[in-house]
Amino acid sequence: MTLGLHLGVLALLGGLQLVLPPFHHGMLARIMVLAAYAAGYNLLLGYAGLMSLGHAMFFAAGMYGTGLTIHYLGVGVITGFLLGVVAGLAVAAAVGLITLRTAGPAFLIVTMMLAQAFYLATLYFNEITGGDQGFILSGLHLDLAGRRLPLADPAVKYNVALVVFAACLLLNFWIVRSPAGRILLALRENEERTRLLGYNTPRYRLFAVTVSGLVAAVAGSAYTLLFSYVGSTFAGILYSIYPLLWALLGGAGTILGPLVGTLVMTYLVDVASSLTTGYLIVVGATLVVTILWVPAGIVGGIRARWAPWLP
Amino acid sequence: MTALLETKAISKRFGGLEAVSGVDLRLERGEVRALIGPNGAGKTTLVSLISGRLSPTSGRVLFAGRDVTSLRAWDRVGLGIVYTFQVTSIYRGFSVYDNVALAAQRRRLRALADWIALDRQAVARDVEAALATVGLWALRDQPARALAYGHQRLLEVAMALALRPELLILDEPSQGLAAAEIDGLCGLVRDIARAATVLVIEHNMAVVLELAGRVTVMDQGRIIAEGTPREIEAHAEVQKAYLGR
Amino acid sequence: MSLEAHLFLALLEGTVGALVLALTALGLSLVFGVMRIVNVAHGAFFMLGAIVTWYVSTLLGSFLLALVVAPLVVGAVAVVADRLVLRPIGYEPESTIVATIGLLYILEQAVLMIYGPYARPVTAPIYFRVDFPSFGYSGYKLIVGGVAAILLVATWIALARTKLGLYMRATQQDREIAQAFAVPVGRVYTTAFGAGAGLAAVAGALIVPVQQAHYLMGLDALLLSFVVVILGGLGSLRGTLVAAFVVGLSDGAVSVLFSPTLAKIVATLLVALVLAVRGRGLFGEEIA
Repeated sequence: MTLGLHLGVLALLGGLQLVLPPFHHGMLARIMVLAAYAAGYNLLLGYAGLMSLGHAMFFAAGMYGTGLTIHYLGVGVITGFLLGVVAGLAVAAAVGLITLRTAGPAFLIVTMMLAQAFYLATLYFNEITGGDQGFILSGLHLDLAGRRLPLADPAVKYNVALVVFAACLLLNFWIVRSPAGRILLALRENEERTRLLGYNTPRYRLFAVTVSGLVAAVAGSAYTLLFSYVGSTFAGILYSIYPLLWALLGGAGTILGPLVGTLVMTYLVDVASSLTTGYLIVVGATLVVTILWVPAGIVGGIRARWAPWLP
Repeated sequence: MTALLETKAISKRFGGLEAVSGVDLRLERGEVRALIGPNGAGKTTLVSLISGRLSPTSGRVLFAGRDVTSLRAWDRVGLGIVYTFQVTSIYRGFSVYDNVALAAQRRRLRALADWIALDRQAVARDVEAALATVGLWALRDQPARALAYGHQRLLEVAMALALRPELLILDEPSQGLAAAEIDGLCGLVRDIARAATVLVIEHNMAVVLELAGRVTVMDQGRIIAEGTPREIEAHAEVQKAYLGR
Repeated sequence: MSLEAHLFLALLEGTVGALVLALTALGLSLVFGVMRIVNVAHGAFFMLGAIVTWYVSTLLGSFLLALVVAPLVVGAVAVVADRLVLRPIGYEPESTIVATIGLLYILEQAVLMIYGPYARPVTAPIYFRVDFPSFGYSGYKLIVGGVAAILLVATWIALARTKLGLYMRATQQDREIAQAFAVPVGRVYTTAFGAGAGLAAVAGALIVPVQQAHYLMGLDALLLSFVVVILGGLGSLRGTLVAAFVVGLSDGAVSVLFSPTLAKIVATLLVALVLAVRGRGLFGEEIA
């Protein structure tokens, strides 16, 4: 039944493109990619119980891995995507190893510092990365079964985003219900007990950080391809805070929470930005309101009240 | 015949305090051994060195003839050394079933294929067996935090059983239990002892006399006596250090 | 200008920078130490101090008044935030971090809406040049260093000699024992949070005539304070001072010799590694 619910949500997202006006196509494509990012973050926060403030470096590793190789080496879209994912995997594994001995606030600060160093590096090497300005990729297209699909086309964009999101959601679903998911939850609740049940807890932590970073890199890479842009903004601290916000608002430790959080927040930010220059105040306000009054998040709240079976 | 467990001159120092000093402990396969001594005698530290929760300052731990001193706690569990906590340590947010399943799946995760498609029925059988042994099967769907204290202690034992211990270390299992529950616990430990060697830290002398084949007495980080329960009761030094008579 | 003069200038700049940094970091360290929380909004308090200083000295024409008003206003903002947000969530470490990130964005964006995206200077209240053999140096900067040093000493004395300081040290040692000895822990928390914010605000105020007030100036202050507090050790005043000098001077040296960005990369990486190696012990969590 629960798998049915999640497949239903994906089908609903697929069907929406038939009824929604064009403006929302681009918006939803963006939301789906970012929700995949949030889902990756949530694997770490919601299941392994580790709060990172540096996920932008994984997202950006995917972005630069894909963008730079396409821009400088002229590789194709698929190769570029894979290289971005490999770059993200490498960064995530390295960060996982470095942070192995930290927990709680120390983990958070170390990830924040490492991400900041990464961000500054994208500025420092601005001759290659384009720094703040970034660079634009043009004419990207996907060769699929003999057809040439331009990624700038709204329908292609929407459906590629949907595929990426669906893959991340289903991976998330599968991990959470696998034996590894149970171990990650155990890690969050009581690490010492888990060690004495015979689990090599550092190894599972490393697994959690790596998979979480990998999913973030997949999202970053897809974002580059779909929106044809690479820039250091996406390595900045705001893009480490966003997935935290999306996951918390939607409900940390729920599978649909990241999607719900990203959806609500993206539209909220969009509305606010038409009203004031200080539109990011809604980010701050939502964080405070969530932590004060809905610490379980939207989907978490629904689960607690009406649907205890929700994963 | 080699002993199941041997510690050789094992010591643990915390700063200036030597909590365990030069202890030689030998457990034969199949026995129930009680470890007694006043508070601060080093009992929990000693079993922590055996389970791998702590690593020793010096000395060695041998299990079934193999030197396990450098093995981490999770690998020792794999060999069959299982520890239950003095302070109840269960996953309060999990259901009773999931608590035990977490322990039971440990043995089933060997190859990569097990991670992808775990034999859930085998795990379920192990969980049922463990929960039935301690009498908690009917409560399997309850969240662990909703259990009464005595039941939480039993859940702790069920998690240990699901790991199929060769050596089960129980750290003050009767602490905080009512008299009727203690009787149940003694029966349970005798059941367990048919398949496993048991090392039990215990303050309740009635429980010690009832369960243990041999008793080891610690004081100030050292073993001061060892023998049958009767011998220990009569031992002058033990009475001075521990029984206060 | 000779090499010696260059080095002397770098040393002078570094010392003044280190004193201001020490003041900012001390605020963070105080909150860290007494309340056991990581205040991500600390940089926003620094920024707010600078902005308030700009308003007061522009509208009322007195920088000295601004120097007094800024920490009071910012401290009051912090106290309100403590009562409305941090206390209700019980200072739970990770929730507190989320809440202070929220606070950071609320303050920063509110300033953007009201003050605007400009970087605006305040003219130094005193202008004179100190002539060294081969170059002249801004007298105001020397005064900034002096005032920061005086405030550091004052804070030290307040912590060591007053009853409030005693309460704070007791709470830092052991919250529960302090409570048992009738230390009003709730009020100590609020005071520490307000005072920490006030220290950041004074540092922000002092720096405005040199650096200009801008709504994004808090992030650098925050990151450098983290660097200092982590290198110097939690809640240790002496450690904070020493680390501020190490960071301030080496930051200056690498910036002059290579580039400021590279200096920051090195500093953040260094701190990440120090923290990763020392692990959770730094935050007083139990290891097992």
